[in-house]
Amino acid sequence: METTMTFEYAPAPESRAIVTIKPKYGHFIGGKYVPGGKHFPTINPATEEVLSQIALGGKADVDAAVKAARKAYTNTWSKMSGKERGKYLYRIARIMQERAREFAVLETLDNGKPIRESRDTDIPLAAAHFFYHAGWADKLEYAGLGTSPKPLGVAGQIIPWNFPLLMLAWKVAPALAAGNTVVLKPAESTPLTALLFAEVCQQAELPAGVVNIVTGDGSTGALIVNHPGIDKIAFTGSTEVGKIIARAVAPTNKSVTLELGGKAANIVFDDAPIDETVEGIVNGIFFNQGHVCCAGSRLLLQENVAEEVLHKLKNRMEKIRVGDPMDKNTDVGAINSKEQLKKIIELAAVGDSEGAERWSPACTLPSKGFWFAPTIFTGVTQAHRIAREEIFGPVLSVLTFRTPAEAIEKANNTPFGLSAGIWSEKGSRTLWASQQLRAGVIWANTFNKFDPTSPFGGYKESGWGREGGRHGLSAYLKGVSHE
Amino acid sequence: MSNRIDVKKTYKLFINGAFPRSESGRTYEVKNAKGVFVANPCLASRKDLRDAVVAARAAHAGWNKATAYNRGQILYRIAEMLEGRRGQFVEEIVNITGATKTKADKEVTEAIDRLVWYAGWTDKIASLSGSTNPVAGPFYNFTIPESMGVVAAIAPETPSLLGLIDAIAPIITSGNTVVVLASTKAPLSAMTFAEVLATSDLPAGVINILTGKKDEIAPWMASHMDIDALDISGLSSKKHADIKVAGAENLKRIHSFKSADPGRIIAFMEAKTVWHPIGL
Amino acid sequence: MSFYGLVDGTDASLKSYLGNLSGVDQVGAEARAAMLATRSIKTTSKRWAIDTAITMVDLTTLEGADTPGKVKALCTKAVRPDPTDSSVPSVGAVCVYNDMVSVARKHLDLIGGQHVPVAAVSTAFPSGRASMPVKIQDTQDAIDAGAAEIDMVIDRGAFLAGRYIDVFNEIVQIREVCGDKAHLKVIFETGELVTYDNVRKASFLAMAAGADFIKTSTGKVAPAATPPVVLVMLEAVRDFYEMTQVRIGVKPAGGIRNTKDAIKQLVLVNETVGPDWLNPKLFRIGASALLNDLLMQRMKMDDGYYTSPQYVTMD
Repeated sequence: METTMTFEYAPAPESRAIVTIKPKYGHFIGGKYVPGGKHFPTINPATEEVLSQIALGGKADVDAAVKAARKAYTNTWSKMSGKERGKYLYRIARIMQERAREFAVLETLDNGKPIRESRDTDIPLAAAHFFYHAGWADKLEYAGLGTSPKPLGVAGQIIPWNFPLLMLAWKVAPALAAGNTVVLKPAESTPLTALLFAEVCQQAELPAGVVNIVTGDGSTGALIVNHPGIDKIAFTGSTEVGKIIARAVAPTNKSVTLELGGKAANIVFDDAPIDETVEGIVNGIFFNQGHVCCAGSRLLLQENVAEEVLHKLKNRMEKIRVGDPMDKNTDVGAINSKEQLKKIIELAAVGDSEGAERWSPACTLPSKGFWFAPTIFTGVTQAHRIAREEIFGPVLSVLTFRTPAEAIEKANNTPFGLSAGIWSEKGSRTLWASQQLRAGVIWANTFNKFDPTSPFGGYKESGWGREGGRHGLSAYLKGVSHE
Repeated sequence: MSNRIDVKKTYKLFINGAFPRSESGRTYEVKNAKGVFVANPCLASRKDLRDAVVAARAAHAGWNKATAYNRGQILYRIAEMLEGRRGQFVEEIVNITGATKTKADKEVTEAIDRLVWYAGWTDKIASLSGSTNPVAGPFYNFTIPESMGVVAAIAPETPSLLGLIDAIAPIITSGNTVVVLASTKAPLSAMTFAEVLATSDLPAGVINILTGKKDEIAPWMASHMDIDALDISGLSSKKHADIKVAGAENLKRIHSFKSADPGRIIAFMEAKTVWHPIGL
Repeated sequence: MSFYGLVDGTDASLKSYLGNLSGVDQVGAEARAAMLATRSIKTTSKRWAIDTAITMVDLTTLEGADTPGKVKALCTKAVRPDPTDSSVPSVGAVCVYNDMVSVARKHLDLIGGQHVPVAAVSTAFPSGRASMPVKIQDTQDAIDAGAAEIDMVIDRGAFLAGRYIDVFNEIVQIREVCGDKAHLKVIFETGELVTYDNVRKASFLAMAAGADFIKTSTGKVAPAATPPVVLVMLEAVRDFYEMTQVRIGVKPAGGIRNTKDAIKQLVLVNETVGPDWLNPKLFRIGASALLNDLLMQRMKMDDGYYTSPQYVTMD
């Protein structure tokens, strides 16, 4: 056999030159950047480099933001026709498309996700959400929610760090399309694309106060949740915090939607198209470093194909490229924060102690930054903590099943109910399984697909309400029941 | 002050993304509201219609297969281009129809906003007119609305720009392609609009615009066996019966509308219902 | 014959084997190929990929109008693709119709191209529509004239009609004619097989029957060697290696026009079967126009500026 040089891909870095990050940011209130009080750093999790100083929003900041949002709602936004509101959203969508590369680079620097994902998934989907919802602004009477649905008023929106700009789009676009104004708090570790989005609002000449961005941490979020001037709360984050919010707003008239955690079952039947299934498993848990609420974190393999699938899965995992998120060839980037890495390490150690068998491909991980190699645990059962608790990292728990009914029982045996995957070439079985599964989003022969027209949200403790599609509008309109 | 002689435009047909003259060589005179000669637009022939239908048919597969998002973006782009050239359209309407600048301005504004309105329908019409149907049996049953194919339209005489857009946009929103006959007396807005289309990333053949006589073109449209449907909103109601008789030869779906409405989109779609068993 | 122990040579055994293969999801396969197409190959990797691709080119002329003059010019280009730069390697093979094989072989030997094999298309290429004795003679003639490689076409009519055993037996017979004088490439004409499921079936059928290489297309039908089709074939080759420890080669042909396309193919190989296949013994690219684009990209990398077609030879 002739020896061949291995085909190493030389570094292919995306240039950073396209972004300008200020050394310090305040908040965006009433159409202007205003200075903040205390500051804290936001870092690049791949290098631990400090990117900027971010304002820690306190009571005065939240008050000002809510006031600006209320003023804009009362005087301008609620008086404007849907047609004109929609045109602002179209402008925002188009400017996001124009500045797409800039947003993608900034997202990768702040979040740690590979540039390929920011560029090809996060940013295009975010722009698409604005484009889609722009078209609803003057068509609300056709949404099946009444002949003249009305907005709620001022929405307080708290978003997570895993898809910063995309989560902003999922929140802001429908809220504005429905006629509400917003106070949005980006996640503590990923505020930069939200702050750049404020610039887009200015370029689009969005009336002052329609969108307000207040940065900060959990305490800032609590101020928003508890603020009496807010009519509606939208939250995406952990189930634990979701319950805190639900309790906090219970005595009030605020409406709430929650998009919380998950522990999705990815079910592989013996007639699955094997190679594409392996891709789907990898995508399901290692995409975005596993920082995905709907991740396929429990692999349920039909026992008669388990060995074959695991063998192919391991071979495929050997080819995953973990490294510099700014390199265009990187598949898996950095863990978003030191805290998250600690949680992942802890839960993985639990897996070891529970007797599951751990395996990772050989990975050279950079010395600086937060990294975790893609990992699978085999020999897992429903009684293991790593089959029950959300790890939110690149860790897959592998279980087996004998019959379809058993697969469904195991899949549903969780307080979560966000998503599930089904791999089979038999249509009737796929439809049967999707009928049985108690999950809000079901992917068949695919995984982690999102579209603005496709409603997303969970059953049970994975949350209340849906985002996207006709169903997602009801969260932001009055007089319509929502979960 | 200057005695500069301006360069006058030649107005041609818009077929398959290009601007050919009528194969018949015929033209007709268009005068402005003051009775002054303005241009000799083409008088489209039966063969021009035939060529346009061939182009529209060829373009259908690709346009239909494009994502709704993509179609929406192109419709929005047409609006962007039209907005950028609104001055020219206002001027043309004032000149040809004698309308006041205010009235012309209002028409152009409405035309642009209408395009934006339809752009927002491409990815929503399926939510409105599609469904999953709870049949009494272990079946997954769903209805999907689909585009029909090639639709021909007669645009109203007035308003010459807004009426044209109201004819075209609902047809192509869902993936149909269109051959439209513009206003006879005021065809120039249509031809200038064709220039906007040519710069909007619209695939060739999706929209084809003819200028000419309704009494010639409409019967040919009605009898053409490769046209799937007709919008005869721009045709006098006295003529509708004859058109429907001729169209019955291949059971064309023939409609006429009074205003903008998502029903205009659905009217040019077919509903497809699929059954699939649910079971192990 | 053992057929690697996968089938026993009967229709029933073959049908059962092919029927049990796992299916291919079109959307998933195309998504995987599209993701691999985003790999950014730069600097040293790109330079290596270009040179590797050159050594893998089966420089081809398969026209009714081919003459000895045309074939000789092709052979000269094959041995020394750039007369001004002797560091450019020779291509993988020269590919011609069987009545041009002796012209090619003689000329190659004359100009110092002994190391460049001649591949002949065979079995009533490109349609495959002729009787078996004719196909066998077609092959024998090529080998007698000096062809070291035979690119045969499968009977697509038989395949699509479900007569897999006929397709299988034809390959077995041609393999026998090749003996140890020539390696056998089996062309599927994937554009006519249409589905990825069919491509996967054809791959295992051909490998079990004795193919040394599986090849996408004749180059006369589009679509030809699209990335997802090549991906499916590489996956089959990978699986076959796991079962039998035998490495079968893959040759995409048709539609690979420029360096970008060629590098995409190498990435597919690298991330599916692995670097052991990244040499001309196991991977070839059937092309004609590609070679000049590879040369121009090579010049650009060495000189630092974009070049013009004037600086490469047309033949």
